[in-house]
Amino acid sequence: MKPVLECRQVNFSYHSLEGETAALIDITFSVRQGEFLAIVGPSGCGKSTLLSLICGLIEPETGQILLSGQPVGAGKTNVGYMLQKDHLLEWRSVYRNALLGLEIQKRDTEENREKVRNLLNTYGLSAFTKSPPSALSGGMRQRAALIRTLALEPDLLLLDEPFSALDYQTRLEVADDIGTIIRKSGKTAILVTHDLSEAISMADRILVLTHRPGRIRGILPVSFDFEEEDTPLNRRNSEQFTHYFNLVWKELRDDG
Amino acid sequence: MDKLSAAQKNFLAARKRHHTLVNVCRASLLLGFFLIWEIAARVGWINDFIFSSPARVLACFIEMAANGSIFLHIAATLSETLISFFAVMAAGIAVALLLWRSRGAAEVLEPYLVTLNSLPKSALAPVLIVWLGSNVRTIIVTAASVAVFGSILTLYTGFQEVDEDKIKLIRTLGGTKKDIMTKVLIPHAVPLIISNMKVNVGLCLVGVIIGEFLAANQGLGYLIIYGSQTFRMDWVILSILILCLGAVFLYWLLNLLEQYYTRHFFG
Repeated sequence: MKPVLECRQVNFSYHSLEGETAALIDITFSVRQGEFLAIVGPSGCGKSTLLSLICGLIEPETGQILLSGQPVGAGKTNVGYMLQKDHLLEWRSVYRNALLGLEIQKRDTEENREKVRNLLNTYGLSAFTKSPPSALSGGMRQRAALIRTLALEPDLLLLDEPFSALDYQTRLEVADDIGTIIRKSGKTAILVTHDLSEAISMADRILVLTHRPGRIRGILPVSFDFEEEDTPLNRRNSEQFTHYFNLVWKELRDDG
Repeated sequence: MDKLSAAQKNFLAARKRHHTLVNVCRASLLLGFFLIWEIAARVGWINDFIFSSPARVLACFIEMAANGSIFLHIAATLSETLISFFAVMAAGIAVALLLWRSRGAAEVLEPYLVTLNSLPKSALAPVLIVWLGSNVRTIIVTAASVAVFGSILTLYTGFQEVDEDKIKLIRTLGGTKKDIMTKVLIPHAVPLIISNMKVNVGLCLVGVIIGEFLAANQGLGYLIIYGSQTFRMDWVILSILILCLGAVFLYWLLNLLEQYYTRHFFG
């Protein structure tokens, strides 16, 4: 089976009047069906740029990005992108916000609307469907944004530091929530973060990027032997957690 | 209603007293002004042939209302104002959207728009009379020219302030420029458009009066210029008072629209 995502020797630079800034150099990796990959690295190392490339918002200067074997934009692979902030539109109700993607892709059939209503129920937002987004707490807003993304049934889910705008406690809860949701639904996902604990608590593999320009420093597989359910919070409580933390930490520090 | 604490009751009562006081002061200021004006005219401190007086203005209004002529003038000015206002809003929104869609065109046109906006539009009115004739069309074009360039610039600047990340969101959901426009740009700009309407309705009124000064045989602007030339100061003052009320009325209508919007679309 073809991997959901393949990046082959991808290079990208930003251009301005002051000159050229290399953002990503020689990025090669792939993501399997159902896998959860985390990308960590210092700020400004090109993590978000990489997601924009995968999503097709920008094009690599050299190299190839393939989604299920097809170039970005050419195939039928549906990429869902969750941004740093929820960006719920204040002039729409929570329900209509969740429908936004379906509306844009002209897929808001009664069947899909039903699906969105079920998602809102499942994630505890049914009481707020008619409310404006301002009535939601930070964590609920992030869940609403996730429903907006999941409504499109993406084959690949991109998460761009989706918890960084939340306070610490909410952040742990929402990460646990969303991590569990994604794992249960078997979605293929890529999470970008600068928070090592978050990466370790959620991912199957961790890709470590260097300082700008970003190169791949290493890719670490993460696996926990659990008797209970594999959730981010259970991982955080496990003894192996510290071991992985030190491994990734060392990988990042070797950067110099 | 729940039971209120004594402190809360005191607070509410104090607020109400303050509110009443402000309203009483406002009303007495207006009444006082008219009263002193009337007395000054009767006692002879001022010449009521030149300064008119509230009683004369009222008599003048009753006379013109009886023969219906004042309503003709009001209708002329009001309809010209509304037509130019809607033309300005339609053109302003349409051109601002086009400029937003085509950044290149916006860059090319910007200095011209800024120049046209700073140009005193009353300078254009005589030219327009020569080109379009001394008629209602000239008045409407003059009025629209007063407001339209500023409106385009204000709306275009507002459109550019829309959050880049919201645009990115629409693009990540597979949306085109049209989706960005209908789902984010326009809803985001509605409060701006309404506040721009408030500015434009006033400017259109200014433009209509300028136009009527030069190219009309009816309307309040015509009445003012004709009255001042023939020393019928009652006409002039009456027209000015009606213009005050008219401007307040149009502004009030737009305030209602704004309140309706904030109530029904979260704001």
